[in-house]
Amino acid sequence: MQALRSWPAKLALYAVLVSMALLTAFPFYWMFVLATHDRSTIFRAPPPMWFGTELSANYERLVSTLPFWRNAWNSLYTALMATGTTLFFCSLAGFGFAMYDFKGRDTLFGFLLGTMMVPGLLGIIPYYLIMRWLGWINLPRALYAPGMASAFGIFLMRQYIASAVPADLLDAGRIDGLSEFGLYRRVVVPLIKPAFGTLGIITFVGQWNNFMGALIVLKERTAYTLPLALRSLQGLISTDWGALMLGTALSVLPLLVAFAVGSRRIIEGLTAGALKG
Amino acid sequence: MAMGPGGDSVREVPHGAGTAGHPAPALPRPVAAHPPTVTGRHRGSSWWKRRAAPYVFISPFFILFAVFGLYPILFSFYLSFHSWNAVGGLGSMEWVGLENYTYLLTDPWFWKSLWNTVWLLIVSGLPQHLIAIPLAFILNSGLVRLRNLFSASYFMPYITSTVAVAMIFTTIYGTQYGALNAALAWLADHARLGWLWERLGLELPVNWLGRAAYIKPAIAILVVWRWFGWNTMLYLAGLQTIPRELYEAAMVDGASIPQQFRWITLPLLKPIAFFAVTLTIIGNMQLFDEPFVLTGGTGGTSESGLTVALYLYRTGFEWLYMGSAAAMSWMLFVIIVGMSILNFRLMGRAGLERRGG
Repeated sequence: MQALRSWPAKLALYAVLVSMALLTAFPFYWMFVLATHDRSTIFRAPPPMWFGTELSANYERLVSTLPFWRNAWNSLYTALMATGTTLFFCSLAGFGFAMYDFKGRDTLFGFLLGTMMVPGLLGIIPYYLIMRWLGWINLPRALYAPGMASAFGIFLMRQYIASAVPADLLDAGRIDGLSEFGLYRRVVVPLIKPAFGTLGIITFVGQWNNFMGALIVLKERTAYTLPLALRSLQGLISTDWGALMLGTALSVLPLLVAFAVGSRRIIEGLTAGALKG
Repeated sequence: MAMGPGGDSVREVPHGAGTAGHPAPALPRPVAAHPPTVTGRHRGSSWWKRRAAPYVFISPFFILFAVFGLYPILFSFYLSFHSWNAVGGLGSMEWVGLENYTYLLTDPWFWKSLWNTVWLLIVSGLPQHLIAIPLAFILNSGLVRLRNLFSASYFMPYITSTVAVAMIFTTIYGTQYGALNAALAWLADHARLGWLWERLGLELPVNWLGRAAYIKPAIAILVVWRWFGWNTMLYLAGLQTIPRELYEAAMVDGASIPQQFRWITLPLLKPIAFFAVTLTIIGNMQLFDEPFVLTGGTGGTSESGLTVALYLYRTGFEWLYMGSAAAMSWMLFVIIVGMSILNFRLMGRAGLERRGG
């Protein structure tokens, strides 16, 4: 690619990359800016482009209109439960598919992959009915239970275990007297920590951001997760964009921090599934 | 919920000694090199356990899918032939045959929502890929530093919740106070671009989320902003599988960069493009969060932001016509399957052929 090595070409490439990055970052920046202003400044034209001084006042109004920290706890609890159960069930099933030769394995795995193609909307009405019937309305488990053994997670785990766990090690474990579940716990789990990291982050982020499911099964404000709480705020105090943006910022901040720390692994993990398939 | 096969409490003890429950299995074995005294019962049970274990390990998925996947799908199919207001309990279900389906086919709102959805699929779907492919090409060229930093910044919108970013975009689209109108006004004054807005028919300030004509473009911009980075990463991962030698050979033959892009990159990218486009179709046909938040849950002025998913939600959960909503979900499913097949005909088969050949 010699032609691209001249400096005007390089400059043009960087210009494209940087302007795209600025376009991506601007909404986040603006969210933080608005979170520090009161409504009179926000509604002035042109709008503020730099931080203001109303952060604590916005915070006071935010927590007095919403059970904000209760909602944040609901989000955290739901996402943690989803992550823990998904990691356990998906790695166990991935282990089963990757390391055992059993009757119907390929058919069952093919079926599992096929379920990923079914759009989630198809079962949305009965989803609500089942949750009502189980008495799980307003409960976090209504959100995390259906996805505990996700097809995507099992696929990811199967791919990883097949490449990272040598079969000989399992035989050695058997000779040393480990049960089949013992093999999973003592041999497989220590070897697949990177896959746990990837799937864990994906699951956590997915559940933290789950909106439609929450909208359907969470009816009480104290049971709301953050996306639902923010959305209710839009109706309640739609002109109070300062408080609203502060709530939005607080709900996004943990993810932005986590992403800043682990972005490489998240991206690699997410795209790996696409390539090996 | 099904757990592992009894956990560690039934650990097999091959040499029959009283070491049950001992956590350290790798102790040096005193006498026999291989376990000779295993009883038939022991061998039988360990053989059985080894055979049964994988089924136990994979069973949670199939149990959960049966309860929360298959059953709802079958039930929604059954429901779609009934008239049912959920408030009345299961007893109030009434068989209506194909009425839900025939009603939807004559329902102007359904057609409108379908049109909106397809419009958004194309207008917000195409740019994602048209931006992502060259961007991935640049990032993969090995000529720019900080590749990981750029990748991460493009990817950032994907990890944040749609509700949060839709909320932010609501403020960006604000009529009096929005950043977009402010930017357009600033450009009109300082960069003398006012004529361009006039050509486009924009009268500042623009009521982006209030005027029917602008709602869909406003939603599309958000969707593109949120997903182009995701697609860039997919294509970047795909590009990394193309061997460098191909480009080197092409350069020896005197191929220019555009020629290389056209004759090496694009054809070899086809399988991943097929995958990425499939994901876009399935995702965009079910677009819900973005139009819901941007239109305040209503679908906007004269339903111009009403997607099928949003209409389905309102029919089922606001107006409680569960049967119609179920029928709508089945019609959407059929349309998505149809589009996926079309996509496979257009892209998938050719892509697979090339890969095979």
